[in-house]
Amino acid sequence: MRNPQLNAQGELQHLLSIEGLPREVLLQILDTAESFVGVTEREVKKVPLLRGKSVFNLFFEPSTRTRTTFEIAAKRLSADVINLNIAASSQTKGESLLDTVANLSAMQADVFVVRHEASGAPFLIARHVKPHEHVINAGDGRHAHPTQGLLDLYTIRHYKKDFGTLTVAIVGDILHSRVARSLIHGLTTLGAPEVRVIGPRTLLPRGVEALGVRVFHDMRAGLKDVDVVVMLRLQNERMRGALLPSAQEFNKCYGLTAEKLAAAKRDAIVMHPGPMNRGVEIDSTVADGPRSVILPQVTYGIAVRMAVMSIVAGN
Amino acid sequence: MRIHIKNARVVDPATGRDAAGELFIAEGRIAESFAKAERVIDARGKVVAPGLVDLSVRLREPGQEHKATLESEMEAAVAGGVTSLACPPDTDPPLDEPGLVDMLRRRAKALSRARLYPIGALTAKLQGSALAEMAQLAEAGCVAFSQANAPITDTQVLWRALQYAATFGFAVWIRPEDPWLAKEGVAHDDEMATRLGLPGIPAFAETTALATLIELARHTGARVHACRLSTAGAVELVRRAKAEGVAISCDVAIHHVHLSDNDLGYFDSLCRLEPPLRSARDRDALARGLADGAVDCVCSDHTPVDEDGKHVPFAQAEPGATGLELLLPLTLKWGAAQKLPLATILARITSDPARILGLESGRIAPGAPADLVVFDPAAPFAVSAATLKSQGKNTPFLGRELSGRVACTIVAGNVVYEA
Repeated sequence: MRNPQLNAQGELQHLLSIEGLPREVLLQILDTAESFVGVTEREVKKVPLLRGKSVFNLFFEPSTRTRTTFEIAAKRLSADVINLNIAASSQTKGESLLDTVANLSAMQADVFVVRHEASGAPFLIARHVKPHEHVINAGDGRHAHPTQGLLDLYTIRHYKKDFGTLTVAIVGDILHSRVARSLIHGLTTLGAPEVRVIGPRTLLPRGVEALGVRVFHDMRAGLKDVDVVVMLRLQNERMRGALLPSAQEFNKCYGLTAEKLAAAKRDAIVMHPGPMNRGVEIDSTVADGPRSVILPQVTYGIAVRMAVMSIVAGN
Repeated sequence: MRIHIKNARVVDPATGRDAAGELFIAEGRIAESFAKAERVIDARGKVVAPGLVDLSVRLREPGQEHKATLESEMEAAVAGGVTSLACPPDTDPPLDEPGLVDMLRRRAKALSRARLYPIGALTAKLQGSALAEMAQLAEAGCVAFSQANAPITDTQVLWRALQYAATFGFAVWIRPEDPWLAKEGVAHDDEMATRLGLPGIPAFAETTALATLIELARHTGARVHACRLSTAGAVELVRRAKAEGVAISCDVAIHHVHLSDNDLGYFDSLCRLEPPLRSARDRDALARGLADGAVDCVCSDHTPVDEDGKHVPFAQAEPGATGLELLLPLTLKWGAAQKLPLATILARITSDPARILGLESGRIAPGAPADLVVFDPAAPFAVSAATLKSQGKNTPFLGRELSGRVACTIVAGNVVYEA
């Protein structure tokens, strides 16, 4: 089966998932993003790569940060941006996902940025859009969040240079995390020799080892000598499905404290996709501490999203 | 009509006979030879076998006529060589009232296509709490009782339902799945579901429910038929229960014999089935169990779904696949892979399911109902939406080439389909 993200020439037509993307494509995105970091620091923060194009932000699930960074990225590429908060409009009127997309397509869209609660929704849309239209997955269910994965990769490369020597630990709710899945695929594709996942058995999906990770249930053992710690957000509703007894117990066992972080390498960096639950998965002393690169992640997120949009839809 | 089928390869799965020969049909039954036929069918190069008996066909009537109608699906049945079919009670409203069952049977009879055997609801409205009026439903024509895919969460209700059914000797058909363990799941809980980020249904959701069902069958003496097994573990549980003398039989759906969770690819909603497609190891165990008889028979689990039901993200897609017209070719494909004789292959879709339904069809012998299919086992065809007569075009086999084309289907001595 051909990878639905690539066109016949092997170029990126849509960005749906990091899984299955060749190393060269990932590096192309990271390198392009690097060239845009300069743009975002200029006084006139615009380049004309998407001038005259329309980017539709289609968010079927609420999101502030991701939607905003996509909007900023599109505007810096000189595109017209239309934000649609579908959760509050047509879906509640019973319109189907494909009808919504077809209607927007009739309004001459070039790029659809899609966030949806169902895994695979952007794949469905990509199968039905016109050849000149592009779909960028901004998070689908538990499946993938490729631009988050890419900005994580960008951040890691920025601070650590070479993936070939790194040990990376991803901690917390792996089961429900599209961020974890995307980052794992990115790290294994770029040659990180050891990717660890750390969490209780209730929050690790079955067969996760097949993604190429080592599984740890003990936080201190899992963090030993790692170069990068990625903390995941713990949703409050996890306490309802009998997955965890309490946020407090989770914090005790798997929350990142200065004391647990001491097991990592002295120069280890700490990442978090946001929004953070301080005192649950991460303590403020760490989140605001010298090893935290959580805010730079947000900044690089804009450059990475500019890179993705310009590669799939650039003039 | 008096029909003479000549130059045929006659296969009778009930006896294992497979030989060149001819058949005579008179007054709706298979007859001894006679001289004056009103119609002669030359079956040179073709097989004549009992018509297929399909244990699970959703006709979508009443209540879901936008997905399929009795007309369209009965036409699909005979085009697929199916002459008898059982329909599960998950219609809208469900088959829990004698009047509904009666109406359905009359509608089917008026169409003069395949024979219809309704499965009644085991509990009122399939809600899993109050028993349905089984004795009256049986009088109206229900041949067994089932929950279809609706759960019985309260095992006390399941126990009482089996006791009550055993009182009258009614068969109870249950698809074993623990509704709590399967909660919110849409795919086999394993590496593929993990990669795709789809909520999983563990294999033990099936085996724990089946273990409970087997114990209840043992202690109530009810005749239990376990439907649509999907896991290797379930096949072993049934094998052991049978060896211990429990009155249990089971079936699998033909899709699960050929496909695995790998076929989900990039969220192919045509592969969204109930139960979910399992691992390749499970699939192989089902195929072997069907060959060695641990699994009694295979059905199409025919479920027409319209495009709107499938053109949605995987987890939101309506489960099911169309299968009436693919049951014969896919069973032939399974049998060839297992290197089985044709009579054994065909038994799993004729005499074996007929035995489970308690029918006198499914065999070729003087006096047996003249329900027959004439087909060319080697003739290839491409599965496409255009060639399927079923209103449901939803099959993971779209675009695939299969062999085994039906030339002619006869029900009660009448030719009801000719290619």
